[in-house]
Amino acid sequence: MNLAPVFLGSLARRRTATLFSMAAICLGVALGMAVHAIHEAALTEFGRGLRSMAGEADLQVKGPRGGFDEGLYALLAARPEVAAASPVVEVETQVTGRDETLQLLGVDVFTLPRVTPALLPRPAEDAADTSERTDRFAILAEDTVFLSAAAQSALGLKSGDRLRLRAGEQALDLRVAGDLPGAAENRRLAVMDIAAVQARFAKLGRLTRIDLRLAEGVAPEAARLGLQAILPAGVLIEAPEAAEDQAANLSRAYRVNLTMLAAIALLTGGFLVFSAQALSVVRRRTEFAFLRAIGLARRDLFIWLLAEGALVGLAGGLVGVALGHGLAWAMLTLLGGDLGAGYFAGLTPQLQFQPGVTAVYVALGVLAGVAGAWLPAREAATVSPAQALKAGDDAALLGGRGHPRLGIAVLAASLPVCWIPPINGLPVGGYLAVAGLLAGSVLLLPAVASAVAWLLPQRGPVPARLAAARLGAAPGHAVVAAAGVLTSVALAAAMAIMVASFRESVDEWLSELLPADLYLRVGTIQSGSLLDEALQARISAVPGVGRVNFTRHESLRLAAGQAPVGLIARPVAADGRDLPLVGAALPPGPGETAIWVSEAMQDLYGWRPGQRVEVPLAGQPVPLRVAGIWRDYARQTGALMIDLADYRRLTGDPLANDAAIWLAPGAAAAQVAAALTAVGDPGTLQLAYPGEIRAISLRVFDRTFAVTYLLEAVAVAIGLAGVAASFAALAAARRREFGMLRHLGLTRRQIGWMLAQEGALAAGVGVLGGLLAGGAIGLVLIEVVNRQSFHWSMDLHVPWGSLAWFAGALIALAAAAAVLAGRQAMRQDAVLAVREDW
Amino acid sequence: MNRRRCLLALASLPVWRSAAGQSAEPDHTAPPAVTFAPVLPGRTLVFPDDHGAHPAFRTEWWYATGWLSLPDGSPLGFQTTFFRVRTGLGEQNPSAFAPRQLILAHAAIADPRLGRLRHDQRAARVGFGRAGSEVGRTQVWIDDWRFEQTDDRYRAEVRGEELAYSLSLVPDGPPLLNGAAGFSTKAADPRHASFYYSRPHLAVTGTVTLDGRTQAVTGQAWLDHEWSSEYLPQGASGWDWIGLNLDDGSALMAFRMRGDDGRALWSAATVRPTGGRAQVLPPDAVTFTPLGHWRSPRTDITYPVAWQVRIGARLLDLQPLMDDQELDSRRSTGAVYWEGAVRVSEDGREIGRGYLEMTGYGETIRVG
Repeated sequence: MNLAPVFLGSLARRRTATLFSMAAICLGVALGMAVHAIHEAALTEFGRGLRSMAGEADLQVKGPRGGFDEGLYALLAARPEVAAASPVVEVETQVTGRDETLQLLGVDVFTLPRVTPALLPRPAEDAADTSERTDRFAILAEDTVFLSAAAQSALGLKSGDRLRLRAGEQALDLRVAGDLPGAAENRRLAVMDIAAVQARFAKLGRLTRIDLRLAEGVAPEAARLGLQAILPAGVLIEAPEAAEDQAANLSRAYRVNLTMLAAIALLTGGFLVFSAQALSVVRRRTEFAFLRAIGLARRDLFIWLLAEGALVGLAGGLVGVALGHGLAWAMLTLLGGDLGAGYFAGLTPQLQFQPGVTAVYVALGVLAGVAGAWLPAREAATVSPAQALKAGDDAALLGGRGHPRLGIAVLAASLPVCWIPPINGLPVGGYLAVAGLLAGSVLLLPAVASAVAWLLPQRGPVPARLAAARLGAAPGHAVVAAAGVLTSVALAAAMAIMVASFRESVDEWLSELLPADLYLRVGTIQSGSLLDEALQARISAVPGVGRVNFTRHESLRLAAGQAPVGLIARPVAADGRDLPLVGAALPPGPGETAIWVSEAMQDLYGWRPGQRVEVPLAGQPVPLRVAGIWRDYARQTGALMIDLADYRRLTGDPLANDAAIWLAPGAAAAQVAAALTAVGDPGTLQLAYPGEIRAISLRVFDRTFAVTYLLEAVAVAIGLAGVAASFAALAAARRREFGMLRHLGLTRRQIGWMLAQEGALAAGVGVLGGLLAGGAIGLVLIEVVNRQSFHWSMDLHVPWGSLAWFAGALIALAAAAAVLAGRQAMRQDAVLAVREDW
Repeated sequence: MNRRRCLLALASLPVWRSAAGQSAEPDHTAPPAVTFAPVLPGRTLVFPDDHGAHPAFRTEWWYATGWLSLPDGSPLGFQTTFFRVRTGLGEQNPSAFAPRQLILAHAAIADPRLGRLRHDQRAARVGFGRAGSEVGRTQVWIDDWRFEQTDDRYRAEVRGEELAYSLSLVPDGPPLLNGAAGFSTKAADPRHASFYYSRPHLAVTGTVTLDGRTQAVTGQAWLDHEWSSEYLPQGASGWDWIGLNLDDGSALMAFRMRGDDGRALWSAATVRPTGGRAQVLPPDAVTFTPLGHWRSPRTDITYPVAWQVRIGARLLDLQPLMDDQELDSRRSTGAVYWEGAVRVSEDGREIGRGYLEMTGYGETIRVG
């Protein structure tokens, strides 16, 4: 007996509900797939870039951003365990007249072949020249540069063209003398002679990296330990893979956050299948009883009903992965490999189709469908045919009073799991808590629905009382309709609360951090351009300048395998009142030097106020006292703040990266800005107003969360789809009831009104539960997930206005959906509708 | 002496440029012109000072070649070459990595049992003690490769992937000055000249490590030390050179510059009779005539590996230790040349051994 038309065909008969369920699963799968594909593309690219940069190096020596003494090269190269050492000076430089930066490596072409052959430059054969004149010294010249293919195409340059780079205050005019055939395909990279980079980019005597190839038979780990012992403080030696791991760790938290949202969307899809199936099963109860009576086994019925869910899931999954790849492609094109978060600058990743992973996402869609169909299928299969063949009991929907005790237990369990520390850098406890809160809320939903019905006034017009009575008597219906609403509202509200808190905190943080009237720097931040003492004096002497705070940015390495930590040296008040402090300051005693550490330092290195720590400055371990914790949204790998005078005393480094300028009383900002710009060579000094910086920063912030907003919109769409689908099915099942009510004298309008109120009530219960759960989930996101992923705290800001508007709109839309569904059901004549069953 | 020029492919181009410079348009990107010390006649070579490096000149090399014999009596050829190159670049750059001076080195062992050369090479910029050359005595090194002089004894130390050796070389007498008391012209135009002396009949002792096996060796070698700034004549495409230690204690150096048509543009020879004074022969006293050819399976270049060389009234026959003594250094310096051990016979009787160098036989070679 072919039963496929009976079961799977029923999906086609309730097209709307099926389509909504499918769409929900499809969106969940698509989002998950897209986030995964994008991240994989970016990370693969990043890893490949790193590998070609590291080449055959066994170990890499790295130090602070400013580099370390070049004497280490001679020291390491002379070690017996080292077969070859390749010194590198790495600078981020700005292409004149363009915003983008270019990674420039100063290399010693003689040491590359044995350690990092991938970076070897290839001089171009100059066609216009005689072959004899092709200058083999081009790789050593001070005015030539070699560009990787990606850099050539990104800059629109070819061999023989000129490239102008910003080097400090000056522009450097270079000839593109060839390419880097070994460089990774998509890596934007420029290579020059090491001596030229040292001299032109103020790196004399400094190296930023030494690649080592070990002598044969030397174990890398043993050599690493032995060599680390002879390196000064702050210079670390590590295997090249460490950097790849750091990048993966850095973006993993971000990726998991997004994937988690996609998973919740998928969960909502599952709920939708559940509600659609639950209602459909009730409607087809007689049909199933008949099938059972003529010999269909209980087990077969169960499997066929699961197959219905699986088919919806399969269709959603297949469309979802296709959509996901399209979405990934669009996002890579528009936002870049990190979805605008800035982890993989300088890469142009290529999307790759991974059959295995794609199959997993399709399977997830099927799983959501099967899971959604499970309970209704079991319910239908357990009913005895004889009972079901009697007059149908539509109200006997599953759920009943729900499982309030289990719900409360699950909710209660969500609290302690928040204290689980991050596992492998992932906020596992936070995710468990989110899952627990969602599950618990859904389990409690029927009880909440009864409570709401009980609280409703027992007076008012008939339709309102009917609607309230229905909610009180049959909360199972409410569960079905409201579960999807609850899930999506909880998700959307949690994200809204988290993003609002984050944005508000970032805004406040920016205002605290940017108190001056004007900010000045040389070129871009990354270009490594510096203000020397003479320039600092000239800036201070500009008329109209009241007070100038110079700032020095460095980056330090505190532990092998850990990403670099930012060091900021600027004037800091003894009590830290000019910092965005978290908690109380604990200024050190006399004779001690204060260091102010970001929250990430507290999380990653365990530094506490009052603790004595050693920080490598100028190659020496310097004892410092942690004076307080400050909030830093800029560097999730950690940052240290030290008073500029202390920094200069300890390092002897008189340079500065930028300057914060307070105007003298009565001075006009525009005039002072013009005078300041004229201090340096034309076009070298950049001025910014704090308002501008704030606007740019918030724009970057908003772009980063663009994907989050997208997910929220999707969550809401799914929730609404859930309401519409549930009511469509429910209304169709209640045609007899409507017919009865019409016989009792209710007008169509009154029934419509009743349906609207029922819809609003069910949605209201879902929204209420969703808001409560969402608030709790939002707190978990802020206090656990974000803190553990990004190591920063934020102040709670609930966007009451938006949430109220959102909740109201959702309830109104749910009411409208209910009316539309009811109108469809009431099209039949009342007499016919009643007669149907008698 | 112009030989080794081809080995300086990496370093040589500026020379070629200035030699052919009339047609080279001024390049505004070029660094400020560097004045290399000129090679002028009349300078007296002073030892030991002139054993050391002359960093003001553009190029300089110490070039030791010779025959070795293993404990079982089987012969080997060896070559140790250190080049010093002043690039003219980075003269004003205060960086310790400034590529003002480069050191390049080639090492080879000719083993008839293997049938081809084992060779290796190094290149580095001078600095950080990793590579350099000393003034005042012979000492030039890259990492653990070195060629150095203590009193009047030389040491050559090389450790490569396929070969390693540590040799001591002791001269039998004072340096042999080539050309006019060490002023060696390369063409009719005396602008193309070098300071050039040789140390023939070096007694060699030491060890050679091949295939992980270290063996004691003894033998006889030849050392050239030459420096110059401006020397390749126009129209030259390559050269042939020999340095021969004859069994009677006499020594002979000869070379010829070949034009594009393969004919000699310039020749010269220095002969030191046993216990006598060096005698310098004019260009017309030297003729090179090929007797046999060998074609390289790697590069498809055909080399005349057997020669008859006329030095004044003498006719010398040269036969290689083995045909394949081609050194392919395209991976590093870009040059392909033939540098090999040869036997010398006169009137059908072997009278000595030495080394033959041939460059510019391949189209791909970058001559100067």
